[in-house]
Amino acid sequence: MTFRIGPRTNQIIAYSVLLLMTIITVLILFFIIGYVFKNGVGQLSLEFLTDRTREMGKEGGIFPSILGTLLVTIFAILIATPLGVGSAIYLVEYTRGGMIRRIISFGADCLAGVPSIIFGLFGFIFFVIQMNLGWSILSGGLTLAVMILPTIIRTSEEAMKAVPYTYREISYSLGGGKLDTILKVVLPTSLPGILTGVILGVGRAVGETAAVIFTAGSSLGIPTSLFSSTRTLAVHFYILAREGISMPKAYGTATVLIIIILAVNFIAYRLMHRFIARYY
Amino acid sequence: MKDKIAEKILLLIALSAILSLLLITFFIFQQGVPFVVRVGLGNFFSTIWSPNRGHFGILSMIIGSLLVTAGALAVGIPFGLACAIFLAEFSSKTIQKTLKPIIELLAGIPSVVYGFIGIVILVPFIRETFGGPGFSVLAASIILGIMILPTIVSISYDALSAVPATYREGSVALGATKWQTVRMVLIPAARSGIVAGIILGMGRAIGETMAVIMIAGNALKIPHSILDSVRTLTSTIALELGYAAGDHRAALFACGAFLFLIIIILNIIAIKVTKRR
Repeated sequence: MTFRIGPRTNQIIAYSVLLLMTIITVLILFFIIGYVFKNGVGQLSLEFLTDRTREMGKEGGIFPSILGTLLVTIFAILIATPLGVGSAIYLVEYTRGGMIRRIISFGADCLAGVPSIIFGLFGFIFFVIQMNLGWSILSGGLTLAVMILPTIIRTSEEAMKAVPYTYREISYSLGGGKLDTILKVVLPTSLPGILTGVILGVGRAVGETAAVIFTAGSSLGIPTSLFSSTRTLAVHFYILAREGISMPKAYGTATVLIIIILAVNFIAYRLMHRFIARYY
Repeated sequence: MKDKIAEKILLLIALSAILSLLLITFFIFQQGVPFVVRVGLGNFFSTIWSPNRGHFGILSMIIGSLLVTAGALAVGIPFGLACAIFLAEFSSKTIQKTLKPIIELLAGIPSVVYGFIGIVILVPFIRETFGGPGFSVLAASIILGIMILPTIVSISYDALSAVPATYREGSVALGATKWQTVRMVLIPAARSGIVAGIILGMGRAIGETMAVIMIAGNALKIPHSILDSVRTLTSTIALELGYAAGDHRAALFACGAFLFLIIIILNIIAIKVTKRR
């Protein structure tokens, strides 16, 4: 006798399995964050955040790494934002399909899929060696700028596309030129969407390891110029954990990293939602 | 006049992404390809990697990369599709709005944190439960599988959501249950998007570096079981670039060039597959 399951039962089974797998996925995320926090929050103190790193990270705080992360990230954003937003303006306002558009889109799509170790190799040979910038905030920032460029292009593009066409028509009918329209109408209206892209770029830059370890180096000194080598939080955490230097300090550093990532994603999410609520 | 100049400047800026891609391609290949030509393909695709003695075989690393990628897909595809289907078809707007950003947050967690969780939880668990060193193909597969989830979920979710509502209504009107509709109508209709998501997830898995270094064990041999230690192309680059010089460094760039080629091919397939929709 063959045992046959009816479609209704099948539906219930499928639903339960899908639900269970979704719950497991969400629990994994909460578990990772919770586990790091549980072991790391106790490490956080003003001293940990503002003290120099001593004995390779066994003692002291993470101030040099916080400063290094900040500088590398800001530098990357300063380079990538004008390039990304400019690209998006061109894509949305100046191209109507066609070859150039396809080439630019292809470039952005492919760049988005390039793994960070390849950016690391490229940054190392191009910025560090060829351009003779050495292991520095400059090299690290430039490498990260290339890496987050597609994120900014894509998000800004979506944001500008969402600006209703009538806004532009009204500007034209009032005698505004194309550039005036972009600067005074399109950019201000799509600003929250553009900012979302920039903030997501910040998140990627802060969490990145493979691309910065070979371009910004791993010096623990407090950076004095853009040519100083520095060790970002992610790199410092990697070295603490992999070389087993200090587990408590590793948990502490990971907690700081995750707090930054959570904050960045939360802000990006809120901005995006306010933007969507207004224009969709 | 002002508009004309602005357009030219913006065009230059807009070429920055494709120029960066060309620059990366040029420098990686310029460093790697002449080296491969010099030592010969036979040497490069052998299994012996011993740069000090002139052996630059990357075959065991290629196999390593393929194994952990396959493992990652085995974990990531079922969970990723399950989440995408559950979110797109079986949940209310409120649940969608809550769960989607949560799952996307998985993509924001730095890879070093995944590697760390692997070291402190997964590796000891595998060592105590199944034996072996713990640092293994299995550990790397599970962590990579989790890491590629958000890619698979968001692209498959978008593909499922893009299927016109009339398809669902037609199927339900014929008396199909929701699950039958998903299986027989929606998944086939959203197939190209789902495939694109899986291919991009595959690209992420094969290119991931830090998490894999921390949990795969990095032994230079072809693994015989999923509990064996394994070394990938990416790990080799990241582990040795810091001190490599001369031919050794060139060999690492050759590894990078090979990896880059695979990634670009995967990207092009994914772009083509989505375009066909």
